[in-house]
Amino acid sequence: MSELTQTAKPKGAVARFFDSDVWFSFRRSPVTIVAATVAVSLVLAALLAPWIAPYNPFNPASLNLMDGFTEPLSESMMGNYFVFGSDNQGRDVLSTILYGSRVSLFVAVMATLFAMAIGISLGLSAGYVGGVYDSVVMRIADIQLSFPAILIALLIFGVARGIIPPSQHESMAVWVLIIAIGLANWAQFARTVRGATMVERQKDYVSAARIMGVNPLRILVGHVLPNVLGPVLVIATIGLALAIIEEATLSFLGVGVPPTQPSLGTLIRIGQQFLFSGEWWILFFPAVTLVLLALSVNLLGDWLRDALNPRLR
Amino acid sequence: MAEIMEKAAATEAATTPVISVRGVTVDFPLRRGNFRAVEDVSFDIMPGEVLGVVGESGAGKSMTGSAIIGLIEPPGRITAGEVLLHGKRIDNLPPDEMQKLRGKRIGMVFQDPLTSLNPLYRIGDQIVETIRRHLPVSEAEARERAIGLLREAGIPSPEDRIDAYPHQFSGGMRQRVVIALALAAEPELIIADEPTSALDVSVQAQIIKVLKRLCEKHGAAVMLITHDMGVIAETADRMIVMNKGRIVETGKVGDIIRRPKEDYTIKLIDAIPSITDPIRVHEKPPAQTPLVEVKNLVRDFDLSGSMFDRLFGRTAKVVHAVDDVSFSIRKGSTYGLVGESGSGKSTCARMMVGLIRPTAGEVLLDGKDIWQAGAFERRRKVQMIFQDPYASLNPRWRVGDIVAEPIKALGLASGRGEVEDRVADLLERVRLDAASMRKFPHEFSGGQRQRIAIARALSSQPEFIVCDEPTSALDVSVQAQVLDLMRRLQDEFGLTYLLISHNLAVVRTMADDVGVLNQGKLVEQGPVDKVFDSPQDEYTRMLLSSVPDISKIV
Repeated sequence: MSELTQTAKPKGAVARFFDSDVWFSFRRSPVTIVAATVAVSLVLAALLAPWIAPYNPFNPASLNLMDGFTEPLSESMMGNYFVFGSDNQGRDVLSTILYGSRVSLFVAVMATLFAMAIGISLGLSAGYVGGVYDSVVMRIADIQLSFPAILIALLIFGVARGIIPPSQHESMAVWVLIIAIGLANWAQFARTVRGATMVERQKDYVSAARIMGVNPLRILVGHVLPNVLGPVLVIATIGLALAIIEEATLSFLGVGVPPTQPSLGTLIRIGQQFLFSGEWWILFFPAVTLVLLALSVNLLGDWLRDALNPRLR
Repeated sequence: MAEIMEKAAATEAATTPVISVRGVTVDFPLRRGNFRAVEDVSFDIMPGEVLGVVGESGAGKSMTGSAIIGLIEPPGRITAGEVLLHGKRIDNLPPDEMQKLRGKRIGMVFQDPLTSLNPLYRIGDQIVETIRRHLPVSEAEARERAIGLLREAGIPSPEDRIDAYPHQFSGGMRQRVVIALALAAEPELIIADEPTSALDVSVQAQIIKVLKRLCEKHGAAVMLITHDMGVIAETADRMIVMNKGRIVETGKVGDIIRRPKEDYTIKLIDAIPSITDPIRVHEKPPAQTPLVEVKNLVRDFDLSGSMFDRLFGRTAKVVHAVDDVSFSIRKGSTYGLVGESGSGKSTCARMMVGLIRPTAGEVLLDGKDIWQAGAFERRRKVQMIFQDPYASLNPRWRVGDIVAEPIKALGLASGRGEVEDRVADLLERVRLDAASMRKFPHEFSGGQRQRIAIARALSSQPEFIVCDEPTSALDVSVQAQVLDLMRRLQDEFGLTYLLISHNLAVVRTMADDVGVLNQGKLVEQGPVDKVFDSPQDEYTRMLLSSVPDISKIV
């Protein structure tokens, strides 16, 4: 066995990745390849929105109410062509989706990073220190996990609105949303990291570092953290999908980003007003985009969990 | 006519082998190529015979056992050869018929008794179920039989114990139950895969006896798979030595151990330490002045449980893991600390390197308490080598960074160049290529990793190294190399070792003085030859007599 795995010379990071079991299992799973393709194209489309969107939906000068309610794949009275149709204000649905996914993704990614930062630092310290500190942190996490995340986000959002002066509401809305979703999701990270830390803490390489008097913070960051990142990566991916949906839910409820800067959730909220009057496309396309985005990211997370779990290999 | 046929069959049964393995090859098609786990292996086991199969890890010995019972994990499979049970081919049977053979005609005993017993069922139910599935007897008869088997296996008052659950037995007792279970359906062959490796020596000796006695009585042939030549020496009639999936040598146990023919076997036998080996001679005899002194060391563990228990006035349960232990280690010498699991030897070690604070007593290094005045000096002067080289090296770090960690943590060198030079020098001293520093631990074998761990321990230029079971996770041939390296480094740098081991033979060949721990108390100590050759304490005598050793061929 050893001859098979022993390699002659040290390899670079890129070569090691393409030689790894993770890459191997990726190539072996068609569902994952499709999911990755969908996710990457949606993300790229969102990032490149200003350059690839056919119209700028937020430039009032270019909007014309006469373009309103154009059906998909048809020309409006003004001679503009809309692939996914247009909404009540004559905005191109495709362009609003591209710009909308940008906002959705930005909020979701930032919120997940925020949740990760809190969860990892609390989880690491709780798992390593133990005792009363650990009990307090984990009980707070338990309490938080017993509420639906969306409820907590709503609560935090409400509190934040009360504190921030009304004139700042519009400009602060995105950041309030990020903090609300982030604070609602840190507990998962904290739990996982704490468990993994408690396992790693027992290992002899940590004892070796303690014997030579390395300070605890350096042990945590240098030794333990790199070894608990595997499961964190999995939760982060699945958490990202959750954050996308949470953002959409909050925006749908009208407490998310303002309509001047709509996310996918806002678009769906706008679209559902017209659903029963026959203008289905205003709701349909943003909703499909949301589903595709959340589903593909979720599938990637699922695959990552299996790929990083040696027991399922 | 039928009678004559039967008689003929009966005489034939005595001369045909119970199991006959002919040219079996097991392949695992992996994505990096085909891995041949077992190659062209052939052997017979006659009725009532105990065949020992030895080999180092990866030799294919367990895989051969799995091939016989048809339990090879996919994608592995038998690609050539055949397995005959009493002359009938069984390797091509459909899975459900193979299932019927297992337990009925071939019994199994594995290393970990917990995985062989279902924790949710009483042991009696498990044995009765096995008996009734394979033999036409009533429930009451089966239970009677089960009690009989448990008694034969050495379970005291089996009438009461039969209704106990597996967790209510100790490790050794559990393994006896597994042996009773394996024999329940009167199988013709027992495959025992490392049956005693998870047990303490004193228990190990009893289990070997039980296994051998029961198989003799029931006329079952035994295939005993183990890495421990001592177990084979005491148990088996014939043995097979395997290496890299192939059979290297076959023969009578006494012949192979006393007069091995093949190069591999000669090296293997040579590498096995024995409790009768000559004791160690230093190039430069160690000083008489002590470097490390342990005085009345005590460590209690509070097992009284949660705050609730204490609130409700449950009495505190305190375990004395280490109970008033005192000894001293001469500068430049090796002190061996031996004892069974739970004797407190690892707790002792952890207190001596600064990982666990003692409840009472002191550890002096050069006359200074490492928990008081000597705490800072301790960080440089005391290092530790751990048992499991897979857990003692951070898998995410490069070897160079691992070895350099003490140098950096203690600020012993300035500048990247200097650190790198020292790491390269250290790696060469433990006989590793300096280019290894850019690799990760998983690219090395167990023995190489232990060398890396030794290089790390040496990098702070320590005076005292605590070695906690440094070779018990390694194969014997690798163990011999690592021990040899440790001896040479000791003479070269004038190091002082505390060697903790459950393996008495290793301690005999390494240590100058030895202490025997039993339930936290030091029951005997003195120079190695004195303690080993004329043990004074009852416990030491028991320990020495129960060690399976290659000098004890049956």
